[in-house]
Amino acid sequence: MKKLESTWYNMVIVLTVICIVAGAALGFTNSKTETAIAQIKERQLTDGIKEVLGGGELTVEETDTIEATGAVVYRTDRGTAVQATDPKGFGGALTVLVGFDAEGHILGYRVMDSSETPGLGQKAQQWFQRDGKGNIIGKKAGSLSVRKDGGDVDAITASTITSRAFLRCVNNAYAAMSGSTDVQSGATRQIGGQSNE
Amino acid sequence: MNNLKVLLNGIVRENPTFVLLLGMCPTLGTTSSALNGMSMGLATTAVLLFSNLIISLLKSLIPDMVRIPSFIVVIASLVTILQMCIKAYAPSVDASLGLFIPLIVVNCIILGRAEAFAAKNTAVASAFDGLGMGIGFTIALTLLGAVREILGTGHVFSLSVFPDQYGALVFVLAPGAFIALGYLIAIVNKLKK
Repeated sequence: MKKLESTWYNMVIVLTVICIVAGAALGFTNSKTETAIAQIKERQLTDGIKEVLGGGELTVEETDTIEATGAVVYRTDRGTAVQATDPKGFGGALTVLVGFDAEGHILGYRVMDSSETPGLGQKAQQWFQRDGKGNIIGKKAGSLSVRKDGGDVDAITASTITSRAFLRCVNNAYAAMSGSTDVQSGATRQIGGQSNE
Repeated sequence: MNNLKVLLNGIVRENPTFVLLLGMCPTLGTTSSALNGMSMGLATTAVLLFSNLIISLLKSLIPDMVRIPSFIVVIASLVTILQMCIKAYAPSVDASLGLFIPLIVVNCIILGRAEAFAAKNTAVASAFDGLGMGIGFTIALTLLGAVREILGTGHVFSLSVFPDQYGALVFVLAPGAFIALGYLIAIVNKLKK
C-alpha cells in the first residue's frame, strides 16, 4: 500500500482519527481500572489505620480534613490516626499516617507515599519503629526534632532531610489532631546548608 | 535480516543503553536498585513492543509530515494505559516506580525505534525489534541497578553481600549512576572488541 500524501486534508483526518481512537482506548481502560484503583487506595488506608493504632478491628467514627495543611484526621474508637504530608522530603512529598492515643503519644506510623532514595531515606518505614534506631513510638508528638537540631530523635544515617520531613509530618499530624492551627509548631525550620545530606 | 537477528541486534549489537546511549534519563534515574531497574526495563519493553507493532501497522496510513505527533499520541496512550493497569493490578510496583512510568513517554528509545525501524519494516520484524531493544534495555538497567546497589548498600535483590555500613553511599545517589554507567560502558566496549 502506498503511503498517504502529506496533504492538509489527509493530515487533519489521520491525526483526528488517531486521537479519537487513542481517547477511546484510554477511556475504556480507565473505566475498567477505576474501581480497582479506588479499592486498593481504600484498602491501603484502612490497613494503615489499623496498623498504626496497634492492629485489630476498629471503627472510624469521624473524619476531618484540615484545609490549611491537607492533613486528614481519622478519629476511631481506639485512638486517632492522622495522615499528614510534607512537601519537602529529599525526593518530593512525603506522606505519613500516624496513630496517637488520647494524650498524643505515638502508637505507630506508616509511610504511605514517598519518593525518598532507596537504601537511604526509604528506611524511614523501619527506622522510627519501636525496634528501629530512631524509635519514636511512645513519644509525645508536637515538637519532635532530630538530634542535629537539638531534639532527641536519631536521624536516619545520611538522610537528615528525609528525617526532618518525616518528623514535620508527625508534628503536623499531631497539630491537626489537637486542633492547633499553627502548622509550623515544633517543626524544624532550617535555612540553607542542607546540601551535604 | 531474519527475526532472530533483529531480536539479538537490540540485545547485543545495538544495545540501547551501552551502545546507542539512548534513554539515559530513566537509565540514570531509576537504577538505584536492581529491582527498580528491572521493573523499569520490563515496563519499557511492554511499551516498546506495542508501540513498534502499532506504528508499523499504521505506517502507510500516516502522512510523513505528521508522523512524529502521531507516534507520540500512540506512545503516550500506551504508557497511560500501562500506568492505569499497574496502579490497578500491581500496587507494589506502582509504589516503587509510579513516578517514573509517565517518563517512558519521553524515553527516546521508543520514539527512536518507531522512527528508525517500525516506520520502515513489517509488523512482525518491528515487534521483534521492540522486544529485542526492550530486553537489551532491561538487562542493562538491571545490571546497572545491581552494580549500584551492591556498591552502595552491600546487597542486591534480597541477597546480602556485605554489611550495609561499608557501602559507598555515592553509588545509590545520582553521581554514582554516572560513574557506574561509565565503567559499565567501558567494560562492554572492551568485551566487544
